[in-house]
Amino acid sequence: MSSDLIFKSAAELAALLETGQVSSVELTQAFIDRRRAVDDRVKAFNSFDETDALAQARASDARRAGGEMRGALEGIPVGLKDVIAVAGQPLTCSSRMLANFVSPYDATVAARLKSAGAILWGRLNMDEFAMGSSTENSAFQTTSNPWDLERVPGGSSGGPAAALAAGEVPLALGSDTGGSIRQPASFCGVVGFKPTYGLVSRYGLVAFASSLDQIGPFARTVEDAALLLGAIGGHDPLDSTSYPAAIPDYRAEIKKHRGPWKLGVPKEYFGPGLNAEVAGAVRAAIEFYQGAGCEIREVSLPVAAEYAIATYYIIATAEASSNLARYDGVRYGHRSKEGSDAIDLYFKSRAEGFGPEVKRRIILGTYVLSSGYYDAFYLRAQKVRTLIRQDFLNAYREVDALLAPVAPTAAFKKGEKSSDPLAMYLSDIYTISLNLAGLPGISIPCGFTREGLPIGLQIIGQPFQEAGLLAIARAYEQAHGWNGMNPKL
Amino acid sequence: MASPSDIDIDYVANLARIALTDTEKEIFSRQLGDVLRYIEKLSAVDVSHVEPTAHAFPISNVWAEDTPQPGLPVEAALRNAPAQRDDMIVVPVVVE
Repeated sequence: MSSDLIFKSAAELAALLETGQVSSVELTQAFIDRRRAVDDRVKAFNSFDETDALAQARASDARRAGGEMRGALEGIPVGLKDVIAVAGQPLTCSSRMLANFVSPYDATVAARLKSAGAILWGRLNMDEFAMGSSTENSAFQTTSNPWDLERVPGGSSGGPAAALAAGEVPLALGSDTGGSIRQPASFCGVVGFKPTYGLVSRYGLVAFASSLDQIGPFARTVEDAALLLGAIGGHDPLDSTSYPAAIPDYRAEIKKHRGPWKLGVPKEYFGPGLNAEVAGAVRAAIEFYQGAGCEIREVSLPVAAEYAIATYYIIATAEASSNLARYDGVRYGHRSKEGSDAIDLYFKSRAEGFGPEVKRRIILGTYVLSSGYYDAFYLRAQKVRTLIRQDFLNAYREVDALLAPVAPTAAFKKGEKSSDPLAMYLSDIYTISLNLAGLPGISIPCGFTREGLPIGLQIIGQPFQEAGLLAIARAYEQAHGWNGMNPKL
Repeated sequence: MASPSDIDIDYVANLARIALTDTEKEIFSRQLGDVLRYIEKLSAVDVSHVEPTAHAFPISNVWAEDTPQPGLPVEAALRNAPAQRDDMIVVPVVVE
């Protein structure tokens, strides 16, 4: 029974729960058993609490029996990237700095999952403080790609992507600052969705780069992503950047949007550096849309394509250097035993608590904000950011959405880029500009390399037009069977 | 734009309040030099008539009513403190 459950979509699981063919306790136990069977190889979980998950599941079954169901996710387990606060659970950000931290409160998304009836199951691995593209920057363990254990799952949300691909969770939440949901979704062959900036509350998400960070769903299908987005999205007074508007019922809404659409293909995204097999799979997806009656137009994103990475690594590191100043060993987090006075305590606690990539980014961010350099780096980057956003808005005068690769290659080998930060940064080239422009983007599976590694198609939407974007993704998904393929573990 | 050779790792690490080892200083200087040389390409963009974007959908002046609400109990707020005594966080001596 349990092996039949673990690769079902959340919508299918909801139907089984509804008709009483399975209980939430049975379902939760199936994912607990799966974690026990495979996570010594996948290493997606930083921590988990089986007793607590089963207690949540029993409470859900009791609600259902009593006719007091909470919402669309009643009884369904959801895994969380270890950067989102859940009251009483560990929250490590895969950093020694927070190795022993326990959340005193719920993130808004965690509270909303609970009020939708979900079972919160597991704390999932990531690059330390969400800084990285391979999950190799975790202070605790390196997660493996379930399709090839020698390869990375992508990052920074490598834990959620790998756990989902391995059948250890049916849904998960990640965060995306420069591609950290879409790129691991692409590497692991699952659906990963970064919503428009402001659509999902960041309250209780540990901050990396506040003007870029966004929480979003990992799912097996586009419909599941819509279901999860509907549960977590919408205005939150606790996040002052939260967009003050009601959200639609995405799951119902995506079935109303029908093509044909006008779709743009950014010509700069298919240049040198894009792996031929990835290009081939993405081009085949474009041909599918054309065959389905969509009008395909070539568009140009000249500033975004050339300058997004440089712009990002100024803005993101500047914001990170400010946000991570709070880790000083005083109120919470790691405190050095060697501090001779208050200032010395800061220096040593931060030296001991942070890993190399976090230190590198704090140093770079501090440098670009330091006296005499602010105008040359930070202010200039914010102006280029305006031009990047204009690139996309210009394209959207002609088309409804854009089709692109997610990453230049499929999953790379562990250790391949870990000693060369710039090479790692350059692998974010197709995802990073969406965060700078605040746009929604989804990665859906669109094929495999000859070596059997998943390839992702990125669809880039217009601000707050999530339903339309998801409908475009669903049209492709329904005509292909990629999400029925699962890794052998 | 500033030259990449300008990065003074001791000065910046001091601003960032991070004690770096000599090995870290050497490695970070070299790696950040690569990144800064890459970032320098932004100096080629004409931004003379462009307004900066702080974030993509600026919502400014978000006001909230000043109504009392329950906060974290002291015990919960201190749960993660590295050292505490009498409902306070203990720190090294700041003033003699």
